[in-house]
Amino acid sequence: MEKFSYINATSLKQVTSLLSESGWGEIMLIAGGTDLLGEIKEYVESPKTLINLKTLPGMDGIEADASGLKIGALTTIDDIARHPTIQHHYTVLAQAAVSVATPQIRNVGTLGGNLCQRPRCWYYRDETINCLKKSGDICYAVDGLSKYHAILGGDPVYIVHPSDLAPALIALGASVKIVGPEGEKTMSLEEFFTLPADNPFRENVLEPNEIVVEVTIPQAKPNTKSFYLKAREKGAPDFALASVAGVFEMDGKTCKTASIVLGGVAPAPWRSREAEAALTGKMIDESVSMRAGADAVQDAQPLNDNAYKVTLTQNLISRAAMMAAS
Amino acid sequence: MASWGEASESRLIGKRITRLSGKDKVTGKAKYTFDINRPGMLYGRILRSEVARATVMGVDTSEAEALPGVKAVIPLIEIGNQLRYQGQEIAAVAAETDDIAKDAIRLIHVDLEELPHVVTEADAMADSAPQIREDWAGNQSEPNIREDGNLQAGFTEAAVEVEATYHTPVQTHVCLETHGHVVEWEDEQNLTIWASTQGVFGVRNDFAQHFELAPNQVRVITEHMGGGFGSKFGPGIEGRTAAELSRITGKAVKLMLTRKDEHLVAGNRPSMTQNVRAGATRDGRLIAYDMKGHGTGGISSGAGFPAPYVYHVPNLRTERVNVAVNAGNQRAMRAPGHPQAAFAMDSLMDELAEKLGMNPLEFRRINDANEVRQAQYTLGAQEIGWQRRNNVPGSGSGVKKRGMGVGSGQWGGGGGRGTEARVTINSDGTVEAVTGTQDIGTGVRTVIAIIVAEELGLAPTDIMVKVGDSQPGLQSGGSGGSQTTPSVAPVIKTAAAAAKQKLFERIAPMLEAPVGDLRVGTGTIYVVSDRTKTITWEQAAGQLGMESISEGGHWDEELRQNGAAGTQFAEVEVDTQTGALKVIKIVAIQDCGLAINRLTTESQVNGGVIMGLGQAILEERVMDPVTGRMLNANLEDYKVPGTFEIPEIKSIVFDTHRRVTGVGEPPCIPTPGAIANAVYNAIGVRIRELPLTPDKILTALAEKKA
Repeated sequence: MEKFSYINATSLKQVTSLLSESGWGEIMLIAGGTDLLGEIKEYVESPKTLINLKTLPGMDGIEADASGLKIGALTTIDDIARHPTIQHHYTVLAQAAVSVATPQIRNVGTLGGNLCQRPRCWYYRDETINCLKKSGDICYAVDGLSKYHAILGGDPVYIVHPSDLAPALIALGASVKIVGPEGEKTMSLEEFFTLPADNPFRENVLEPNEIVVEVTIPQAKPNTKSFYLKAREKGAPDFALASVAGVFEMDGKTCKTASIVLGGVAPAPWRSREAEAALTGKMIDESVSMRAGADAVQDAQPLNDNAYKVTLTQNLISRAAMMAAS
Repeated sequence: MASWGEASESRLIGKRITRLSGKDKVTGKAKYTFDINRPGMLYGRILRSEVARATVMGVDTSEAEALPGVKAVIPLIEIGNQLRYQGQEIAAVAAETDDIAKDAIRLIHVDLEELPHVVTEADAMADSAPQIREDWAGNQSEPNIREDGNLQAGFTEAAVEVEATYHTPVQTHVCLETHGHVVEWEDEQNLTIWASTQGVFGVRNDFAQHFELAPNQVRVITEHMGGGFGSKFGPGIEGRTAAELSRITGKAVKLMLTRKDEHLVAGNRPSMTQNVRAGATRDGRLIAYDMKGHGTGGISSGAGFPAPYVYHVPNLRTERVNVAVNAGNQRAMRAPGHPQAAFAMDSLMDELAEKLGMNPLEFRRINDANEVRQAQYTLGAQEIGWQRRNNVPGSGSGVKKRGMGVGSGQWGGGGGRGTEARVTINSDGTVEAVTGTQDIGTGVRTVIAIIVAEELGLAPTDIMVKVGDSQPGLQSGGSGGSQTTPSVAPVIKTAAAAAKQKLFERIAPMLEAPVGDLRVGTGTIYVVSDRTKTITWEQAAGQLGMESISEGGHWDEELRQNGAAGTQFAEVEVDTQTGALKVIKIVAIQDCGLAINRLTTESQVNGGVIMGLGQAILEERVMDPVTGRMLNANLEDYKVPGTFEIPEIKSIVFDTHRRVTGVGEPPCIPTPGAIANAVYNAIGVRIRELPLTPDKILTALAEKKA
């Protein structure tokens, strides 16, 4: 890695003011570091300055009350996975958290870092390959080796968003609080993520001088069942080939509302309104659940090596729906 | 005639004994090459090619040399020469810290003229492919052709035929400890090398030759090493580079490869593609076999494999070529050629059996001349519950389908001459056993202690075993070919027996008994005709005074045997919605003759199965045709089994005789074939290409449906 200076953060104001001194890449934020250090060691990123967020007070912790949940951006993934309220009432989030990487990484990796992590694409992560995600001209996955790449929303950059927490949180209707030099703003987490057609270089709306500070989740509705299903090649650590976060408000076998968000198949967590529509108000059975899966992937555009993800995604959605009805 | 005696007479041999170095390893006390630090030591790093093929037009090292802390920069390729694969060595530096060395190699500027590359077999064999080896037309070696019997007549006699293509990709060794050395020159004529090697004397001789020294001027030490699997025999360019950097700077130099280097240049198991047409008679005899195959060992050759494998076919024609690609070279890897050959053959056997409507196990029984495996088929079928398998493949109900399969293997492991050893008894009762072998991780230290302790009536912990050092000058071969224990054990046994005999001769007068009447008990020596005459081991040794006993041994044909048959049965579960393959259980029956230490022998089998499992379900070197780069030269995308993947492994050490046979390699051979056959039995659709990842399984299931 290249040399960098290291600053312990003292306040959000200080952080955003420091960040405002440069554009992307010069000054970077570090919390758990499980993603960023890999990038720095591989020379994919070479920041001049790192700001350590771990010294910021009050940014970690989970608050559960009648309005729902508040999770600080510095909360570790392990804390999310183990939290009793999350396990019981926001199951999809606990399941997503425990599916992340390894215990060592969950112990230091944070919510904010998980949401803002960079793609795992093997072209992007190779220092010598100047792909479209950086400043190059092409996405090498298009004509190259695309087993782990996007089937939805890819054009023109076919990375997949690697976060497990993001699909679960979006399915739960989460919002994210962002702080910048002008103060704070809150937006739905779904709108936080962007597609490469809008900006090939970034995966979310953050400006270089903004920071994610908190995620809030509304109170879970009664009779809600939720699941995170993650398909991968090995038990751990491994990123999703495809994943489904499903939150179902059920009345017996009938689905009153459904929230279906996909991971590992698109450059952003992919909310499938098609699958939700196919399930809402329906009595869930084999054919309804398969229909929902099929509707979710009807616009899929697989590359050379990833057509299997179309079937896989369809089957995972169907499985999640069947689990909700059982 | 020398013998290991009957099992009933053995106090230690054949029992399950904890490895002597186990505690040191788990507490971190054991020192590996990576752990060696010398006073004033420098750190070496190698700048490697980032492109698959190019001509080197210039190398500018001035900036690197100017970096504070850099002590030496040396070129490793001549200007005008061609780089032929990613990772090939260009230059090296030695610096005060590893971080400085890392920064320094990035300051070396290389002027390259890139040339067209081919990194996949398909690209290399294409008509339009650039010629990347001058001596191989079309990037292919001269075909190796074998013919036997009458192929035409064989196919005429065949009642059923199968024609299929089987493929296994390149697999890398993934040694836990990367390759590397710490080199220190004492003066211009003497150097010491701590090496992560499976061949202490091979490394010594290579260094001696390279620097034109006498062998005894070079000392190589390998106290502990973190895996070799065939990839760590010589010093390699990195070892010679470390020595050169050390010589120039006059300081010790540590140069260990990175994980990326390890994938790129430290060896691999070659790929294999077989296009086979084979036939069998109605009564289930293999009768004809026609195979055209190829593999790549990188820019080098060495991609051979035995075919047909294990089972006898009377009429055959086989044709094999090596294909050159711009990628790192193969090295021997645990049973070279065999696991890939077994995967193809065992898949073919099952396909033929199905066409005959025959139980695949029955079909094997008819075609397997090996009596040991015949017995293993029976035992393994019982252990796995073969009667539970699907009679109709894919007929299980539900989303998750189970299946069973079988695979076979054959290996040598008979050892050989060339090991020297000494067993010394000192007057304080201590016993030393010294030989120049090395513990590649299989537990040879413990094996040696067991043999000596058995012979002298002591406990294994009483024996001080010294291995992994060339300085005592007691030679031994490399730990490869499953040769270590069968080569070392006979010499240790005869040395211990000779030392015991000498001790008896010394104490017989005191005991007033003929030498032939003396026996060892447990920590005692007694007279067999008069048990009142018993003395402790310490009393006996005390008689030696200043004159220790130190005896050598010799290799003895009668104490070892060549030939190790193996059979494995796999039970798997396939999630037909996600393509996830879970291996539930492996029954691994390994013929090994006399297991000196049953515990570490079982560990060998477990390790082999896990390596075979990785090849079967996860591992593959991914080469990008466009950029010419290996895309998964790390342990994130090059996936090896973790705890979630490890099935229940029933390791059955199948003792068939009382002679020693090495089993380091053979337990990895039958695993991929057994798993692939089990997957077919589960889902009713055959996948003829490893690894059996969800993408392949889902694609195959979709094709079946369509």
